[in-house]
Amino acid sequence: MKRRLLFGTLALCFGILFLASCHGNQSALNSAGPQAARIERLWWLIFSIILAVYVIVLLWLGTALWRRKTTVSLNTFPPPQKDLKPERGATLVVGGAIGLTVLLLFVILTASVLTGHAIANLNSKNPISIDIVGHQWWWEVRYEATQADQTVVTANEIHIPVGQPVVIKTSSADVIHSFWAPNLHGKRDLIPGYENALWIQADREGTFRGQCAEFCGHQHAHMAFFVIAEPLDKFNAWLANQVSTPPSPIDPLAKQGEQVFLTHTCVMCHTIRGSGAGAKLGPDLTHLASRTTIAAGTLPNNRGNLAGWILDSQSIKPGNKMPPNPLKSDDLNALLTYLQTLH
Amino acid sequence: MTPVEQAGTASVVEVDSLQRLEQTWKDPGGFWGWFTHVNHRSIGKRFMVTAFAFFLAGGVLAALMRLQLSRPENHFLGPDLYNQIFTMHGSTMMFLFAVPMMFEALAVYLVPLMVGNRNICFPRLNAYSYYIYLFGGLLLYAGFFTNTGPDVGWFAYVPLSGPDFTPGKRADIWAQMITFTELSALAVAIEVICTTFKMRAPGMSLNRIPLFVWAQTIVAFMVIFAMPAVMLSSTMLLLDRTVNTHFYNPAEGGDAILYQHLFWFFGHPEVYIIFIPGTGIVSTIISTFSRRRIFGYTAILLSMVGTAFVGFGLWVHHMFATGLPQMGESFFTAASLMVVIATGTQVFCWLVTMWTGKVVLKSPMLFALAFFFIFIMGGLTGVLMASVPVDLQIHDTFFIVAHFHYVLIGGAVFPLFAALYYWMPKITGRLLNEAAAKWHFWLFFIGFNLTFFPMHILGLRGMPRRIYTYPSAMPWRNLNLLASTGAVLMTVAVLIFIVNFFWHVKHGEIAGNNPWGAATLEWATTSPPPVYNFAELPTVNGRDALWDASPQQPIVTGLDDDCRQVLMTHVMDADPDHRDEFPGPTPIPIIAAIATSIFFIGTIFTAKAFFPGIILTGIALLIWYWPKRQASLRRRKREIWQR
Repeated sequence: MKRRLLFGTLALCFGILFLASCHGNQSALNSAGPQAARIERLWWLIFSIILAVYVIVLLWLGTALWRRKTTVSLNTFPPPQKDLKPERGATLVVGGAIGLTVLLLFVILTASVLTGHAIANLNSKNPISIDIVGHQWWWEVRYEATQADQTVVTANEIHIPVGQPVVIKTSSADVIHSFWAPNLHGKRDLIPGYENALWIQADREGTFRGQCAEFCGHQHAHMAFFVIAEPLDKFNAWLANQVSTPPSPIDPLAKQGEQVFLTHTCVMCHTIRGSGAGAKLGPDLTHLASRTTIAAGTLPNNRGNLAGWILDSQSIKPGNKMPPNPLKSDDLNALLTYLQTLH
Repeated sequence: MTPVEQAGTASVVEVDSLQRLEQTWKDPGGFWGWFTHVNHRSIGKRFMVTAFAFFLAGGVLAALMRLQLSRPENHFLGPDLYNQIFTMHGSTMMFLFAVPMMFEALAVYLVPLMVGNRNICFPRLNAYSYYIYLFGGLLLYAGFFTNTGPDVGWFAYVPLSGPDFTPGKRADIWAQMITFTELSALAVAIEVICTTFKMRAPGMSLNRIPLFVWAQTIVAFMVIFAMPAVMLSSTMLLLDRTVNTHFYNPAEGGDAILYQHLFWFFGHPEVYIIFIPGTGIVSTIISTFSRRRIFGYTAILLSMVGTAFVGFGLWVHHMFATGLPQMGESFFTAASLMVVIATGTQVFCWLVTMWTGKVVLKSPMLFALAFFFIFIMGGLTGVLMASVPVDLQIHDTFFIVAHFHYVLIGGAVFPLFAALYYWMPKITGRLLNEAAAKWHFWLFFIGFNLTFFPMHILGLRGMPRRIYTYPSAMPWRNLNLLASTGAVLMTVAVLIFIVNFFWHVKHGEIAGNNPWGAATLEWATTSPPPVYNFAELPTVNGRDALWDASPQQPIVTGLDDDCRQVLMTHVMDADPDHRDEFPGPTPIPIIAAIATSIFFIGTIFTAKAFFPGIILTGIALLIWYWPKRQASLRRRKREIWQR
């Protein structure tokens, strides 16, 4: 009795929890693109099959126990007699169950292979191509153009136009990372020495969070990114802005900040086009102020967080590659003002 | 008197012969004597206690992780410590608990008893394998407590674990721990195979071997094929790190994916190495507690063999996200699904066995039945993983964490507890407390589901594995808290078991030879068995040895009692072949194990340790294999034409 009650409760809980699971910004069951949608459909197909099988097996077990349970002491049983006649009924039942299993597995295999083919690529002659390079622990995002000075380099934010196929080319600068934006598609590993590609497409506007899914060291937990799907004209405007070199600061404080940037350790790792800083170890900061977060989705991009990050990023994201920068408060203030002009 | 009891009594044996046997087989006492034991039950118990201690250590690490994840942006553990802890947890549970417990401990203790012989084949190698395992485990924990715990995951993917990204000795200690534990497993595999095939009781032909023994033998074969792959991959990693080879360095023509292939070629069979003994336990217990011969012996056996074969053909489903060619991936999808057929067959056979038997719900049976609730769910979510598109979404998320805990705890830990409740009376001679066992079961069962079920949903909601913290904006807070609560219940449950264990040693009900009325040979002798296992070696008359024993079941006579003589039989039909003298107590295994450890641990720190290490180990082995004058004299004396 206790067992059946428990089973019932469990089944109910599982059902409710699974239904409740399809929400959320980083959910695999809240698709915003054709590939994620196809995977979601396949998921529900396989899920219903395995749920049915699970329930049947447990009912079978429950009935067997209910029918055959006995409380007689084991020692008083005589040794079971040898069954000489073939157990034909039981053999048929087991054989039938195996046959059904094989049949269901074929359904799953077929559906899975078909879905696999469908999501492998999207038909498009001239897709938008974005290079993603994994770094410990941030994402370099590059929109390559035929002219070198038209190439856009940014970090941790991937803008794409709604309804257009995008091909993402992945590679890694150090260890293995995995690119995963669940609302749009499954994972693709970024493996040093290998170049890979996957296609995505967003069917609706939105900001979709993604996160590194392959353990990559200390700050694997803080390696998020955002895919921002927006209408084509907005996307084009964003791209045009990113291509442009920010004007030299006019405000004296910002000018001082630029000097701080160029005379401190910042310049050793970061690029700001137009300022003369061109190092490539850290994220490109040319349009830092246009991004919504810093430190790979760890903090909202505002003056306070930026200050904290510059002074002692190690307390926020221990083990990351940026050293602490104990700047004087005047210098810090100027630097922050300068960075916030980089729209 | 029932036939079962008669087969177990030794009334025909003279008393002074028994005393001589006792004298011959006795383990030496005292502190130094402890290091010379070579009896399989002594070594088996050590494996059990050590593996259980590592299980507890791994459990403490798991509890720490659950504490850290119980709320978002928690500062209880930093990333450095958390990464060490999850690596230690995985490595401990896989290499120091699951395989040593499910395979080495249970096989070493039970297989010789179940085939009706006096010791395991190669007893000194057996002792050696235990020390090697122990030293490997101690090495890992010594590293952890000196802040040199590995922090690259139990899989240690390159290039993260390579020289460029993990300086220091952390990854080296991990890689060498692998060498230790796999060497130990390989040695036990050889012993188990030889014991099963050459040392069975007369009459126990291949088609009468108990399913549990078959399970361990199949696993032993898997170990022999799987473990070299991981020893190779971890040794190549060690070479990359210590002598600057470039096996895995893409900048110099090496390949990071090569490591993954080698690792998972071991890593997936590893899962079956852990759970096939579990299915062997479930088959045994279901048959005993359903008061019925197992239905579909041959089908279950072939399923296990099938699982073992197919298990080597689906490692790539751990690598679907690396972007391999689609055609190849489909092959591995199909192979992964095939496992369902094999496992399904076993499940259906068990269901039919219960359906047509009379089910007695004692604690071993309860734990075995949990297999149905838990393992089957894990197996079914595994179907989702076999499908490439779905796997691309759930790979490396908490869904996977949920899945493999359902498979491994359902397929190994629940059967393990079933086995402990079932065989403990044989080991200690007393029954564990049944009421405490039921508390243990229900708390563990409920706690387990509370801990791991929510992880399915966390994974679908996008929570990746191996993150030390998560932002409070993500919808993961409540489910993580729920999971952490469940971990408390599991801890309490295991504590109940430990208390029950210590209580039963003194106060448990006396078990008698065969408290469950079971069919296999270990129940034919006393509980606990004498040092020589069986006063007179039994013979076997059918698949269920004790149930099929005739009232005048013959026994084997003619083994000498003044030396450790065992009966060797033929592979197919277990006809008596010859008598063989096994070595007695000796400190050689531990000396050889220390020499090997100096070799292994030395090479972590300097490549120069290689040749001295080899020479030292070579000397130890030379002493080991040096012919013993006394034994050969005895052999000469026994030769018939000398008389």
